[in-house]
Parts: sequence; structure tokens; C-alpha cells
Amino acid sequence: MAKQAVVKVSEGKTEEALQGLLRSLLEKKVVEALLVPKRLPSGQGVVQTLIRNPEKMEGLCLLSPTMPVQSARVASYLSVRNLSKPVALVLKACEIRAMVELSKFLQVKLDHLFLIGIDCPGTFEVNDYSRMVEEGKGDGVLFQELFKGMEQGEERAPEGYAFRKACEICEFPVTRADLWIQLYGYPTEREIGLEVGEKLGKEMEEKGLHLETSEGYPKREEILRKVIEKRRKKRDETFEEFRGKVKSLGSFLDLFSTCIRCHNCMVACPICYCKECVFRTAVFEHEGDQFLRWADRKGAIRMPTDTLIFHLIRMSHMVTSCIGCGLCESACPSRLPVAVLFRSVGDRIQKMFDYVPGRDVNEPPPVATFKEDELKLESGAI
Amino acid sequence: MAEFEPRIIAFLCHWCTYTGADLAGTTRQQYPPNIRIIHLMCSGAVDSIYVLKALIDGADGVLIGGCHPGDCHYQTGNYKARRRVAILKEILRELGFSEDRIWLRWISASEGKLFADTVTRMVEELKKMGPNPMRRLWNA
Repeated sequence: MAKQAVVKVSEGKTEEALQGLLRSLLEKKVVEALLVPKRLPSGQGVVQTLIRNPEKMEGLCLLSPTMPVQSARVASYLSVRNLSKPVALVLKACEIRAMVELSKFLQVKLDHLFLIGIDCPGTFEVNDYSRMVEEGKGDGVLFQELFKGMEQGEERAPEGYAFRKACEICEFPVTRADLWIQLYGYPTEREIGLEVGEKLGKEMEEKGLHLETSEGYPKREEILRKVIEKRRKKRDETFEEFRGKVKSLGSFLDLFSTCIRCHNCMVACPICYCKECVFRTAVFEHEGDQFLRWADRKGAIRMPTDTLIFHLIRMSHMVTSCIGCGLCESACPSRLPVAVLFRSVGDRIQKMFDYVPGRDVNEPPPVATFKEDELKLESGAI
Repeated sequence: MAEFEPRIIAFLCHWCTYTGADLAGTTRQQYPPNIRIIHLMCSGAVDSIYVLKALIDGADGVLIGGCHPGDCHYQTGNYKARRRVAILKEILRELGFSEDRIWLRWISASEGKLFADTVTRMVEELKKMGPNPMRRLWNA
């Protein structure tokens, strides 16, 4: 059973209290290393950092305002081959959910990892955040506003900025983890909630790290519900708007006409699980005459070829496990609405298999399993 | 103008539908010649790329033929094909492409008549739908 605990904040220094909690994990040797977002020396960004020495913990930024890479990918590099020591990872809900999916494809090993999640108000584009810092609207100023907003469930982006689109429509500010840092509903200038899972809780007790137990904060549930409801509404509106735009294949092609086939969406995607992507093999290196034959058949063909099939195939592979982090869209130089596309298609297909990506490590992904008695139609046709 | 003759690319499994197509021939079943058969070992070996490539290049229909549920020579290939096709069709539906151009059918080695009937019916349906719009779309 998970236990409810609390971290007291002194003098309104919320970030310091969180940093202290992490420091004690390392100092008490509950874990050997921490993967945690840390401010860059320039102050203009925050990056995931693997820390072994508690002295290197200045500038930690647990509530990272950006997501330059999906940490599920980082966790994959870290854990998949010969990791023998316990490491704690501070992640957002979408990163944890992506890790759950990757572990099903044997690309993350959860054995030595402790997942620490933190309530997510949403993230900003990396460039937006750096501009925010330049304008004096980032870092401390931003966090104070976010913490205050989250207490009421009314977090806002600074004036002139917006959260990433994918974040605005994400109905998972929270998911399951070994330790969850609760900000929504809490008066974070005084205290922060913690939900401690059994495994990590036991480990902490054994290493002499005792947390103050609590009853939880009564307002939290209600506020969290409000936040999720708001995002669901936004999500449904976004889907509707997108579906209105792609009524026919022609309109879809128009919307995606500026794709330059750079494969950035594929590289940024934490789910794209093929070790060798077919689009990077000789299968799609055609002979010169072949292009001419295609051009002959249709009269003309756009170059480079294979953009439509790239998106469709990528989608058919990852869409059942798409956790909606939206990094595909953040990575797209042409600003194609790929995140909304994958979420909108994913929503329907995931429902078809009653599957929620990231829900449970033991739930096999739809593409790797089947039921004998499903998808039945007349004469076995679908 | 000559009547529109749809072109169908068929991916047939070795153990059931391909043999069923063979039986259709040896028993002199009549069916329209609009079909180009590609012989695979299992419907589970049909990658979504094959289906999409055929459609994007202008095939009017794609037929995937496999063993009846429970009869797969490799135990479960047809069940996997069924999920894969269901996912692909849902994606195409969402993007406004008529997913009815993809047919997945279970036809056993002894069902030569069913094979001939299926092709006949598919050609009729595709004639009603008209040519695949992707054939003309240079930007697809």
C-alpha cells in the first residue's frame, strides 16, 4: 500500500524543500544516483542530469519547465544494459508512462530504477522558456506563479506565452510511480504532499530516512479533478477541430504538405521502438528509373517521396502506445500538427482495444497480443 | 469510355487462401481477372507497408486472405493480421480515406468457390466506389 507523507517547507522555499528531499535520498544511499532536471549554467534552460555527488545538486529544478528530450529515452540508455545499482529518476507523468510502454518492448528495465513523479502543470517549448528567462519572466518568477496557481488548480503561462499544445490537452498530470510529489491543492509555500510506494518506502525506512506521515490534503482530489476535467475538455475540442480539418485525404495531404521527411518526429518519439527503422534502410532507397516509373504512372510525383507512407507506418507502429507527450510536434521544423494527429487517431484505436498506454506494466501492448474472440464481423471480415 | 476496371492487389497466405485460389482455378470457377496475387507464407506476414504502398501507388483495392481463426498454420498469424488490419483501417478512416478498399477475408484451402465469389464481389464493390483517388494524387 502506498503511504501518504508530507514535506514541510520553511520560509516559503518550496524548491529548496524538494531539493532537500532528493539530497537525502542520495546522502542516505537509498539510491546510488539521481536523474533529475538541473538548471544550465546560462540559466536559460533545464536539462536532465545524472548526479552521483550530492555536492553537484545546486540548481536542481524538479518541476522542469521544459522537456528538451523525453526522459523515457534517457532511461532506456541508462537501464537496458547492465545497470546494477539503484537509481532514482525524477520524471513527468508522460515520461513515466512512456517508460512503462518501453519496458513492454524490452527497451527499459525497471529492476533498479525508482520512479519519482511530480505533478505536471505542463511544459514550455525550449525556445519559449529561454526567451522567458531573458525577459525576466522565467525561473524563480515562473515557479512562484506556477506553485501558487497549482494550489488552486489554476496554473497559467506567463503573459504572451502558452504551455505546449500537447500539455494543454494532457489528461495525465499524475500517474503511478514509486514516489509522487504532490503540488496540486497544496499550499506549497508551507507543505508538499508525497505519496510513497511500498518498495521505495521500505528502502527509505531501512536506510533511516523517515518521512512525516500525513492524512493528505483534503482539497487535492477536488482540485486535481478540476484540472483533469479542464484538460479533457480542451482535448476534445482540439480533436474536434482537427477532425473538422481532415475530412478527406486531400485535406490531410494539404495539412501535411510541408513535411520535409526529416524524421525528427521519429527521433524525438519515446515510443518509436524499432531498433532499425525501415525508413532508414535500403527499402526506401529507390533506383532512379523507379522514380521515373512512378512519375510516369501519376504524371508527376512530389519529391522527396514516401512522406505519406512514413507518417502512416510510423503511426501504425506507435499509435496504440502513444502517451501524447507531443515531442514529435516540438521537434518538427515545419510545425506540422503531428502531436494532435497521433493523439486523435490514438484515442480511437486505444479505445478499440480498451488500452491505456502507461497504465500498467503487465498489460501487453495491443500490437503484441490478440484475443481469439474479437473484431468479428460477417464471414470473418473486418 | 470503357468501364472502369479496378485493380486489386491480393496478399494470400500459402496454406489456406492461396491454395483456395488454386482450387478455384482447377475446379474452373469463373471470377473477374482484376486481381494480382502476391503469395506469402502467412497473413501474419503482411506488413502494413505492403498494403499502404499498394494503395498509395494507386491500387483500387487490397485483399488479404488468411486461414480461418484457429486454423493458422503458424497458430496465431491470422489473429495478428486481424489486429494489424484493424489498426490500419482505423488510421485511414481518421484521415478521410475509404478504408473499404482493404478487405481481410478468411478463405480456406477447400473454399475455391468462396475465393471466386469474394473476388467477384470485391470487384463489384470497387466498381461502385470508382478509382482510388490516390492514383491521381501526385502529392501522396
